[in-house]
Amino acid sequence: MKKETRFGEYGGQYVPETLMPALEDLKKAFYKSLKDKKFNKEYETLLRDFVGRPTPLTFAKGLSKKLGCKIYLKREDLAHTGAHKINNALGQALLAKHMGKNRLIAETGAGQHGTATAIAAAKLGMECDVYMGEVDIERQKPNVYRMQLAGANVIPVSSGSRTLKDAINECLRDWTASCENTHYLLGSVLGPHPYPTMVAHFQSMIGKEAKKQILKAEGRLPKAIIACVGGGSNAIGIFKAFVPDKKVELIGVEAGGKGIETGKHAARFSDPELGRKGVLHGTMTYVLQDKFGQIYNTHSISAGLDYSAIGPEHSMLRDLKRASYSYATDKEALQAFKILSEEEGIIPALESSHAVAFTLKYAKKYKPKDIVIVNISGRGDKDLDIVIKELG
Amino acid sequence: MSRFQKRFAELKEKGEAGFVPFVVLGDPDEETSLEIIKTLIQSGADALELGFAFSDPIADGKTVQEADQRALASGMNTDKCLELIKRVRQFNEDIPISLLLYYNLIYQKGIEKFYKEAKEAGVDAILAADCPVEETDPLLEAANKTEIDQVFIVSPTTTKKRLEKILKKCSGYVYIVSVLGVTGARASLQKRSIELIKMVRPFSKLPLCIGFGISKPKHVKNVIEAGADGAIVGSAIINIIKKNIGNKEAMLSEIKELALELKKATR
Repeated sequence: MKKETRFGEYGGQYVPETLMPALEDLKKAFYKSLKDKKFNKEYETLLRDFVGRPTPLTFAKGLSKKLGCKIYLKREDLAHTGAHKINNALGQALLAKHMGKNRLIAETGAGQHGTATAIAAAKLGMECDVYMGEVDIERQKPNVYRMQLAGANVIPVSSGSRTLKDAINECLRDWTASCENTHYLLGSVLGPHPYPTMVAHFQSMIGKEAKKQILKAEGRLPKAIIACVGGGSNAIGIFKAFVPDKKVELIGVEAGGKGIETGKHAARFSDPELGRKGVLHGTMTYVLQDKFGQIYNTHSISAGLDYSAIGPEHSMLRDLKRASYSYATDKEALQAFKILSEEEGIIPALESSHAVAFTLKYAKKYKPKDIVIVNISGRGDKDLDIVIKELG
Repeated sequence: MSRFQKRFAELKEKGEAGFVPFVVLGDPDEETSLEIIKTLIQSGADALELGFAFSDPIADGKTVQEADQRALASGMNTDKCLELIKRVRQFNEDIPISLLLYYNLIYQKGIEKFYKEAKEAGVDAILAADCPVEETDPLLEAANKTEIDQVFIVSPTTTKKRLEKILKKCSGYVYIVSVLGVTGARASLQKRSIELIKMVRPFSKLPLCIGFGISKPKHVKNVIEAGADGAIVGSAIINIIKKNIGNKEAMLSEIKELALELKKATR
């Protein structure tokens, strides 16, 4: 794995001096862990026995018929805690433990990463504080209870937009004061190096499994991989194994919110006016911001996609034209949520529903033999309140 | 000779250390902010550290965050900050002015353009709070061209190896962060602050200014005795602003009182 701090011109380490030695230690520990057989065995055992990996790749019969091509679903919703977030949370928690740090802090938007971190802390016997925006606490209540059940302390964040962005601010502030005994368990492919590289690594089994599974089921590679993109960890997780297979189209789906033209969205790549290169939370990437660089408050029906910046590796993949990015609106995501539930008996998270929504629009261009894999990054139980309110 | 060099040389001659107040430009609004800065200068400020409000100030505690929010709500932006500095310069030619801000604000204007406009406005030094020595080369290039000092932070976690790297690139003064954590007034001074000053002192001829958590005359006295050349006080002043929103007279008179006391502690 390359040790550079950047993905092309993106990435880097834009953090206060106080955090630099902690990042340096983390980087060293992470690269060391890659070669540490005992560490990897422990991690793999946890993934198998605790998370329930590998997660299945399910042929979506109803959807395939509807769209006229072969749709497969990568079932991260079946991972323990109900989303892919647990993969990374366990990896980093284990790493922190090996580094002798016994307290974990995490930000959370939808609550999936917070829950995953709380569960990892419970499993490994560590302390855990989760920062969560007040807006998100309100819209993702069940996850708040889950975190508390697992013994984590959920700290409401009342500053700024009171969502994910501000929860990350609070984590960075906490970590600045506590880095000597605390690990900041960042939940997406964001933040300063080594986070984007490390989180991608701890999610890369998604794509590795999917590749093996599709080759077993169909004997050939898919035409396209489709995944939703907030920070972009589930997308990088499934993309990575397919990046060298140039013929496989990689598509990330951002949150189109109420529509790009309204400015109420979280589509960093689809809005050229607000989405420009900049620095947020330690990394150079595409960021929604005003002319002067003040960070723009995003909107999405799904808390997990409601974030102003996209992981730096995505910015590079887009520049290289190795991946392309589109969006689905709140409305489209809600419809997709319903359709997948009805057609397949799978209730997707509102985040993953964006990937499904885009697939519904896009897959019609494929021939009956073409294979498309959609990453169902999480399950939708946590979103029922919102969906009931929106769809009645 | 830069304004910072000149001012710290003068102070040394007098056997004093520098009192460096920090406020956010445009907090709570442009006009009041100007009057606050004038009051600070008249009450003994030896140099100014001025913040540009940012939506996501990760190195700052609640006090400065709220100041940023007030300034942004009053309509401040990068251009208006630079305009306000020009007005400060019209009021006082000699006081050294340093900026403390976040990288994205510099980057969005264009790094070279930002430094050029800052120089024209009368800025002497720039510190980007979220830009460690590893990422500073583009800033240093612009700083050299415009003869602006690039200031760096040394913190309690900084290793000797990092300290060497930082001191190679730092000019103007060294900003020593006195606590492990973000900005904000604190009741007592950490023992570590004193140790940190003593650790850095032999390695640098630059003035050492210490900030974060310095809020009382007693703190100022202690850090100066340990070898610091200047004390930066932010949150304690900003707390006065917050407390007196809507009552400018009381705000300015309380700020004056605190500033005079803090300056006295540097003598």
